[in-house]
This record gives sequence, C-alpha cells and structure tokens, in this order.
Amino acid sequence: MLLISCPWCGPRDETEYHYGGQAHVPYPGNPADLTDEEWAAYVFYRDNPKGPFAERWMHGTGCRRWFNVLRDTVSYEVLAAYRLDEPRPELPGRADVHQPAEPAGGNR
Amino acid sequence: MTATPLPEHPDFLWRTPEPRSSYDVVIVGAGGHGLATAYYLARNHGITNVAVLEKGWLAGGNMARNTTIIRSNYLWDESAAIYEHALGLWERLPEELDYDFLFSQRGVLNLAHTLQDVREGVRRVGANRLNGVDAQWLEPDEVAKVCPILNVSPRTRYPVLGATFQPRAGIAKHDHVAWALARRADEMGVDLIQGCEVTGFLKDGDRVVGVETSRGRILAGRVGLAAAGHSSVLAERAGVRLPVQSHPLQALVSELHEPVHPTVVMSNHVHVYVSQAHKGELVMGAGVDAYNGYGQRGSFHVIERQMAAAVELFPVFARAHVLRTWGGIVDVTPDASPIIGTTPVENLYVNCGWGTGGFKATPAAGWTFAHTIATGEPHPLNAPFALERFTTGALIDEHGAAAVAH
Ligand SMILES: Cc1cc2nc3c(=O)[nH]c(=O)nc-3n(C[C@H](O)[C@H](O)[C@H](O)COP(=O)(O)OP(=O)(O)OC[C@H]3O[C@@H](n4cnc5c(N)ncnc54)[C@H](O)[C@@H]3O)c2cc1C
Ligand SMILES: [Zn+2]
Repeated sequence: MLLISCPWCGPRDETEYHYGGQAHVPYPGNPADLTDEEWAAYVFYRDNPKGPFAERWMHGTGCRRWFNVLRDTVSYEVLAAYRLDEPRPELPGRADVHQPAEPAGGNR
Repeated sequence: MTATPLPEHPDFLWRTPEPRSSYDVVIVGAGGHGLATAYYLARNHGITNVAVLEKGWLAGGNMARNTTIIRSNYLWDESAAIYEHALGLWERLPEELDYDFLFSQRGVLNLAHTLQDVREGVRRVGANRLNGVDAQWLEPDEVAKVCPILNVSPRTRYPVLGATFQPRAGIAKHDHVAWALARRADEMGVDLIQGCEVTGFLKDGDRVVGVETSRGRILAGRVGLAAAGHSSVLAERAGVRLPVQSHPLQALVSELHEPVHPTVVMSNHVHVYVSQAHKGELVMGAGVDAYNGYGQRGSFHVIERQMAAAVELFPVFARAHVLRTWGGIVDVTPDASPIIGTTPVENLYVNCGWGTGGFKATPAAGWTFAHTIATGEPHPLNAPFALERFTTGALIDEHGAAAVAH
C-alpha cells in the first residue's frame, strides 16, 4: 500500500485517497477551434511513462482536496506531493524524469 | 560447498534458434496473443518466415499470470462477435493442436447484488441471445443449484439477487495453451526467440522496416506488437501514441482442496471472482489497482477486500489459506475494449488494450491480428476495434461486461 503525504493533512495510507490520473493536462485554450484529432488527444490520450509520473490524487476521507503527486511507476516510490498552484518539482540527480508533453501551468 | 548443477531443461516443444537478419514478419511479445498470431499467420495465410521476439521467457508475462477465465458474454455486437469467435476456436483447438490444455466448460455465473445489477444482467442475457451467445438469467435458488457452496441467503451485506449464466464458458490451463501454440508454430517454421528485447524500430520515412533488439538489428517486412502491459512504451519508440494506461492487476491462489467449486463465479459489485483449478487451488482475482504501474505487484488492500467478499459469498472458504499472490501489468483503454489494427506507421500493426480480459480472446486475437498483418487490412471481426474509434467516437464501451473494475 502506498503512503502518500497530503499537502494539508500529512502522510496517510493509499486507501484514504482517490486516484485522478495524469496531472498538468490543461483544458484546451480555444475549444471551438479543435479538430477531432485534437479532441481525441485531449479526452482519451494520456502519458503512460515507465518511471516518474505526475498524477492527481484526492484526499477523499480527509480534507477532500485535490493535489499532485510525483510517483515512480516502476518502484511505486512517492517522490513528491505538491499543491495544484505549485509547479512540478525538479528532481535533482534524476536525469530520467519524463517531462510532460505540455508545459506545466494548466495545473487542473 | 559446491552443489552438482542441475541438468539443462530440454527444449522439447520448440527449437531455440538464433535470430536471423531478416523476416517477413516480426511479432513482438511471445504471450498467448503473439504465439496465436504466429500460429495463424502460418496456418491460415501460409506465412512462415516469422519470428516472435520475447524479452523474457516464452509466455512468462500476463499469459502466465492470468486466472484463465474464458467466456463470451459481452454486451455489444462487436465484442460478442469476436469473443464468441474465440470461444468457438477454443472448442476445437485442443484437437487441432493435439494438446490437452484442460479446457473445461464448467460455466460462469456473473452475480447481481443490486437492482441495477439485475437489470444490467437481464439486458445482457437478452443481448447475448440475440448474438447467438448461450446465456441464461438465474434466480437465487437456481444459482444455488449451479453452485451449492455459494451463499445466497438474503441476510448477507450484498445478497445475491440473481446471476447471468453462460454454460459454455470455463477455464483452460494457460501455460499448456501457450506451449501447444508454440509447438505448432515452431513446427511450421516460425522462430520463437526468447531473451530478445525490442528496444527500438528501424524506419524508412513513415514505414517501419525492422527492429532494434538486445541481440542486434532484425529487418522485417511487417512488425506486429503484442506486448500487453508494455504496448504504449514500445509504440512510443516507433512514434505512435496509444490511448492505453498500464495498471497492476493481482491474483492469488489458496492451498489445494478437494473439488468443491463446480463453476466460475464473478461479482462486479463486491469485486471478487473465483474458480477452482484442476489441481485444486482456489484461484481468485479482483479489480486493477487504481494507479498506473509497471512494478508487477499491487496493493494489499485490494487482496484484503477481495478476500472479505469471497468469505461472505463462500463461507466454506473461511479457513482456506492463501498460498501465493502475484501481479501482472495490463493495458487499459478508455472503453475497456482492445485495439487491433493498423497504426499511422506503415507496416506496423498493434494488438493491445485487452486490459484484464485478453486470455479468453487469445485464439481470436491471433486469428484477426494474423489476418490484418497478412493482408494489411482488418478482418471484419477486428475492424471495429481500430485505433480510429477514439477519434470518430465509435467506442465499444464494455466496462459493464468486463466484469472486473478498470
Ligand atoms: C492477474 C491477472 C488475471 C487475469 N485474468 C484473466 C482471465 O481470467 N481471463 C482473461 O481473459 N484474461 C485475464 N487476464 C488478462 C490476460 O492475461 C491478458 O489480457 C493477455 O494475457 C494479454 O495478451 P498476451 O497473452 O499476449 O500478453 P502477455 O502474456 O503479457 O504477452 C506480452 C509479452 O510481450 C513481452 N514484451 C513486452 N515488451 C517487450 C519488448 N520490448 N520486447 C520483447 N518482448 C516484450 C512480455 O515479456 C510478454 O511476454 C488477466 C491478467 C492478469 C494480470
Ligand atoms: Zn488532506
């Protein structure tokens, strides 16, 4: 079981949280201009890296707030947990970090 | 102290060739799907200059880790067609391959615990019958006749309100299925190459012309990916993005018991499914872990919850001991249906996204994927399962019939 540190409540068991998939996927800036391919990419396509992954979690049985977690999908190590208004943290000494396709900033 | 080394395991069933420098077709991944594809490329299309490349050992991925349930009671026409084609092939494969892989048509019960489950189940039985799939709706007393050890008392937390029953469903011995397919493919000239990881692709413009592997470059006329949990990391190296997410899925077995469980029981609502293996172990599974992962292990609370559900449904299991738990990595699509077809890269084909339920499809996945690779065009059975459906919106939403949360 994962031990995840909610930015507001501190470390809690995985069972207190709800998983929300990839983080930093901004809503399209001009939705009316999108092609079908661009809509498909926004709705159905997410990164699936083997290694560090920025993802969203919600503290369901605690403060009920969403936040982001940087987690290694191979070792399951939780590398960082941060608020939605904070940027994705740099991981010094980890050259293998998979950067998201879109620059962070949407933070939704 | 020096121990006498054990003798080498003989390769009874297939050769262990060195990879050649080029093949007509290279299949990546020697799981059930890769092996079935090679078998049908040779049998149905006469294409035998084929290599199946496997980074580990033959059928050591999800093929070795699944709970072996075979059924075809999916909701939509497209799914009923492909899974029922698979079931028809399962019924004749032991004879065709001359290998007893213990295909046992002991039936499957999909339990209903809420009014909505009941309605979904009754609807699915109707849909199945219209598609020629054997299906019945059973009331709780009839469920108890099929599976006497199941607790159908109205006094449990989630009482059994009925079940769908597919009598032709069942289980098979997964390792033997793989070995049976491997032996025949090998006999027809297919090279099965283990310990050979595909690390990249050779391209000529927008066309794939071969693969880079841990044992050197191999040229290929066509390349088919059948890499299950690793399909997206692999496809990305060819410049193709796939709408799949990889999740850990666990299973466990108990110690051996006398035969007590005559069928397969699955429950979507309380999240457990159970059958009894030929040797006597109770084989149990549940849903995927919510998060993405490649670690081939999962969360303990998933096991805890599935055991609680199993003991409530089967009080007779309360004293059974868990012998072993393990995890596999499954690739899940947004509509819980597979992707089999062409990709934007010429001569590169993909079979993936079977999620938690691809073992039952093994022969049909191989049949249709072989057709697609051989002809460059989808077979009518896999045409609806193309990558394009995520752009056109023609999804095949089988989350309800997938019977495992994902
Ligand atoms: C716990 C569990 C229970 C399940 N229960 C059921 C069930 O009851 N019924 C059912 O129908 N389905 C079930 N499934 C799903 C089923 O196992 C899969 O859908 C199916 O096995 C996928 O196809 P495959 O057999 O080809 O995959 P795999 O056997 O995983 O084959 C893929 C192969 O590709 C290899 N590979 C990956 N990357 C590379 C590379 N770069 N180079 C070379 N080789 C590579 C892997 O090593 C692997 O051997 C279950 C899965 C799990 C994990
Ligand atoms: Zn909190």
